Amino acid sequence: MTDLFLLFQDYTFCVVSLGSALLGILCGVLGSFAVLRKQSLLGDGISHGALPGICAAFLITLCKDEEILLLGALAGGVISLCLITLITRFSKIKFDCALAMTLSVMFGLGLVLLTFAQKLPNSSQAGLKTFIYGQASAMTSKDVFIILISTAVVLVTVAIFWKPFKLVTFDKVFSQVVGIKVWMVDFVLSFFVTLASVVGIKTVGVILMSAMLVAPAAAARQWVSRLETMTLLSAVIGAFGGVLGTAVSSSFESVPTGPVIVVCLGVMAVFSILLAPKRGVLWKLIKRKQNRKKLIERVKSFESSD
Amino acid sequence: MNPQIEILLTAVFMSAACALPGSFLVVRNMSMTSDAITHTVLLGIVLGFLLTGDLNSPILIIGAGIVGVLTVWFTETLDNTGLVDSDASNGLVFPLLFSVGVILITLCADSVHLDTDSVLLGELAFAPFDRLMVLGKDIGAKSVYFSMFLFALNLIFVLVFYKELKFASFDEIAAKTGGFHPEILHYALMTCASITAVVAFQWVGSVLVVAFMIAPPAAALLLTKRLSVVLALSCALGGTAAAWGYKLASTLDVSISGTMAVMTGVIFIIILIITNLKITINKKSKSG
Repeated sequence: MTDLFLLFQDYTFCVVSLGSALLGILCGVLGSFAVLRKQSLLGDGISHGALPGICAAFLITLCKDEEILLLGALAGGVISLCLITLITRFSKIKFDCALAMTLSVMFGLGLVLLTFAQKLPNSSQAGLKTFIYGQASAMTSKDVFIILISTAVVLVTVAIFWKPFKLVTFDKVFSQVVGIKVWMVDFVLSFFVTLASVVGIKTVGVILMSAMLVAPAAAARQWVSRLETMTLLSAVIGAFGGVLGTAVSSSFESVPTGPVIVVCLGVMAVFSILLAPKRGVLWKLIKRKQNRKKLIERVKSFESSD
Repeated sequence: MNPQIEILLTAVFMSAACALPGSFLVVRNMSMTSDAITHTVLLGIVLGFLLTGDLNSPILIIGAGIVGVLTVWFTETLDNTGLVDSDASNGLVFPLLFSVGVILITLCADSVHLDTDSVLLGELAFAPFDRLMVLGKDIGAKSVYFSMFLFALNLIFVLVFYKELKFASFDEIAAKTGGFHPEILHYALMTCASITAVVAFQWVGSVLVVAFMIAPPAAALLLTKRLSVVLALSCALGGTAAAWGYKLASTLDVSISGTMAVMTGVIFIIILIITNLKITINKKSKSG
């Protein structure tokens, strides 16, 4: 117990867990929409597209400032999003195919730019690994501030435009009939997923972004069915997973934080899927057994009363 | 053999080997499964290594293949509960398995040179350094033989089960009624894709495997609807991307795998633009 107490007094731990918690909230809220709009894997695709953006930003400015690289990552993500949209619009290629293509080609482009940049005297060599796995332990208060601003912007926008967002998610045709600009809602939500993916790279890395978006929402969905409560619960689960993951990974020396957060969230999701009342898989099995027992007893009591 | 020719041969055969299962993945709307499998092979390799303690054991490849199929199985089981839809299941299962793999590496295998960079990136430039020795004679780079063998294996699989694969991919219900057992075929296809991913990533990296599996078939689908043509064309387009990519990478002195991946995308975009121009020209000539 004293270990836990000491943990919370450690500055680095507080910074990292705050950042992870905020990211959890951001992904929890966005994930609820993303999962319902069948865009769960968009986060994965977009975060891969951030690599060429980061390298290009470095190559153009020859500067390794966080803000510039972050802007580059965002540009890369937005370009990936546009490519996916264009491909699905101008051909019969489906969304998942366009996503897989854009993901791999953009990441390949990132590798090309990276190997090009590595020949320049100013570049560093460690970049790629932290990009893939995240480096949450190196999170600074500036990073947390960026996550905070992003989360705030998204939460405020979602709160203000709750009704149109909800309507477009559940009934696109009706939204168009009522006059809501569906393409705008689509773009804003997708852009927010891009923002979350870029902001989350430092915490969990490129590959795990989709889990950050899916797991809290999938877990929350098993317990509640209204979008409002689902989004709230998803945010709470995301925050909890972030803090728990950070705490667990800091007890081990070299284990990166990102994967541990994902495992925590994943376990919560699987637990919810198995055991949530009314929907849970195991719950349904147990209920079925109980019902069968009751039915047999009733039949028996019927027979004995004859 | 000239090392440059060896690299080129490896890449061309790899691209064709990937295009074969890839075409079916694209047609069955399972493109992101290729991404999932190529990432979770890391877990398979780690488990295989923990079991054997030997980085060069073939158990690693078998383990990775098994984990690849398990990934698909978990995803589909989750999807079948009806509680999480299919792409959300995908987005949940493979990062979870990948995370377990990463954690296992840092906990158990950190001292060993199990470089995760090479799992994901590969590097074709080093392929010629690994020679295949038969009876003490150097008969060429391992990668060339492995990629040719992989291509032959996949080609045989596709040719032998062509009718069944075609049937099961386009009309699963009819296939079931016809007694074809599409589920078995489905998992056979997944095993094929997993093994391809595992063998290929050593030299070209996971990223290029996805690019080779998805982009050339997608480009081929823009041009034709006939499955046999798609298969042949995607092999050809993949090989072209490999050749052009290698040429460009050597000139610019950058990552070979990355350039090849970009080339698959460039070829796709070119074909996309041409087909759209054709449609616009057709429209204009009809109305004009």
